[in-house]
Amino acid sequence: MIWNPQRESADRQQMQEMQGSALQAMIRRIYNHVPFYRNRLMALGIEPGDITSVEQLKLLPFTTKADLRDNYPFGLFTMPQSEVVRIHASSGTTGKPTVVGYSRADIELWAEVVARSLTMAGIHSGDTIQIAYGYGPFTGGLGLHYGAEKIGATVIPISTGNTKKQLQFMTDFRASVLACTPSYAAHLGESILKEGIAPEDVRLRIGVFGAEPWSGEMRREIEKLLRIKAYDIYGLSEVIGPGVSMECECQCGNHVFEDHFIPEIIDPETLEVLPDGELGELVFTTVSKEAMPLLRYRTRDLTRLHRGKCDCGRTLVRMEKCLGRTDDMLIIRGVNVFPSQVESVLMEMAETTPHYQLIVRRENNLDTLEIRVEVDEQNWSDSIRELEGIRRRIDHNIKSLLGISATIRLVEPYSIARSEGKAQRIIDERS
Amino acid sequence: MLIKQLSVFLEDRSGRLTELTRILAENDVNITALSVAETADYGMVRMVVGRPERARAALGEAGFTVGLTDVVCVKMPDKPGSLHQILQILTAEQINVDYMYAFSNSNVALAVIRSADISRVADVLHQHQLELLSESDLYQL
Repeated sequence: MIWNPQRESADRQQMQEMQGSALQAMIRRIYNHVPFYRNRLMALGIEPGDITSVEQLKLLPFTTKADLRDNYPFGLFTMPQSEVVRIHASSGTTGKPTVVGYSRADIELWAEVVARSLTMAGIHSGDTIQIAYGYGPFTGGLGLHYGAEKIGATVIPISTGNTKKQLQFMTDFRASVLACTPSYAAHLGESILKEGIAPEDVRLRIGVFGAEPWSGEMRREIEKLLRIKAYDIYGLSEVIGPGVSMECECQCGNHVFEDHFIPEIIDPETLEVLPDGELGELVFTTVSKEAMPLLRYRTRDLTRLHRGKCDCGRTLVRMEKCLGRTDDMLIIRGVNVFPSQVESVLMEMAETTPHYQLIVRRENNLDTLEIRVEVDEQNWSDSIRELEGIRRRIDHNIKSLLGISATIRLVEPYSIARSEGKAQRIIDERS
Repeated sequence: MLIKQLSVFLEDRSGRLTELTRILAENDVNITALSVAETADYGMVRMVVGRPERARAALGEAGFTVGLTDVVCVKMPDKPGSLHQILQILTAEQINVDYMYAFSNSNVALAVIRSADISRVADVLHQHQLELLSESDLYQL
């Protein structure tokens, strides 16, 4: 089923017309109400009336995370605080958090795109959704919550953590959908096994997972553990939160709700727009948001875009699963390394678990990479020859994929901290 | 006759082995034989203990990666050539030993042997009239 067929299955010309008029209104809004944008546009000699079509997007200036920080907390808001009904903030790993504001219409827009997302995964009013994303300043919990209520599903707003209670609610309330980060989904799956809960007592059928990159292998592992079909939901708080794009049943990329969030792919070095199918940095322009619209916001996520009608009937442009974030990317001895690549190696091997950590150090001016991998509790050997064989195979597979060698350390199960939110995969001790 | 050896995967972390012996002590588990094999960053502790099932449950609960492995414990006289005789038998049968550890005590020597084909080790040694210990024998040591 398609929640909003008029928008989600519009032909290209209709979509471009919608985008063009929304963009025009957005430019007028930020020009009139946000000094930061007015100055940027004036510096380029652009007046609001100059922008009439979506093709002109490439003439407009970018917005970066640094711009958000410089205008902390409310400098990019278009409206007085009396009209802002909600504020979310994402925890910056360094310095100030990233703050975003929503008008009442923005909250409604957000519920709409999450309703489209859930419907896209086959979720309906008969479902019971356990929302194990964090509630609070993080957008995951409340974002899913409003969309789930909009489609009329039953919501269990349990938030993250307290795994025992998660399992109790999941079984006693017969949750049919689980929404959380993929690493927490894997942890819940393992906990079900560990607690000895009968598989038939878990009624889950669909998982909606996002907020961190995850590999296809991890998807299969979670699907096996929880006996569900797992869907990727993509979003970032700067754009709106979860519900920027979503996978349909074809699972051939995430459909971007481009009537509200216009995506572009740029070369992160030259800033030139790249054609469909080429890998580059994903950029969004939020044409419908009121309180804090962003012009050509650089997400730092690396992916590709594909157009053309999907078998599900939607015409919305699709983005591939993100290869990683430009700031998750480690540069080790000049080689680009994404945690997702390491994960795919581990998940292909039966003897290891998806629990790993990358530790980067600098010794004698040379970068070193150590990969800690938990041995599989169910499937380990007391023969050192066999354990060393596993280690050598990880070593070999990592080297052939990444092109650099790493020190592989086998560690005890559960010795790498389980995360209830985003998994901490990287410890960079350089600098 | 096979006995259950307790195998524990230990990360190279200070105090981890002490934690293991504390749990065994608290659960009143006696250690008959023990060997620690080490690599650069982890170790494998192998033990013959009284009440291996209880030991396994207690260690598992405490978060240790623990398993039970079938091994043979063969008894021989404490004199030169005893172990050689046993290994000769196994070599003649083309059986590879994965690992072993041995100790002797008042005229009796014992060797704990692990092989991929452990049932054959037991059969072959038994056919050669060698005495294999059962778990109940071990508790009396």
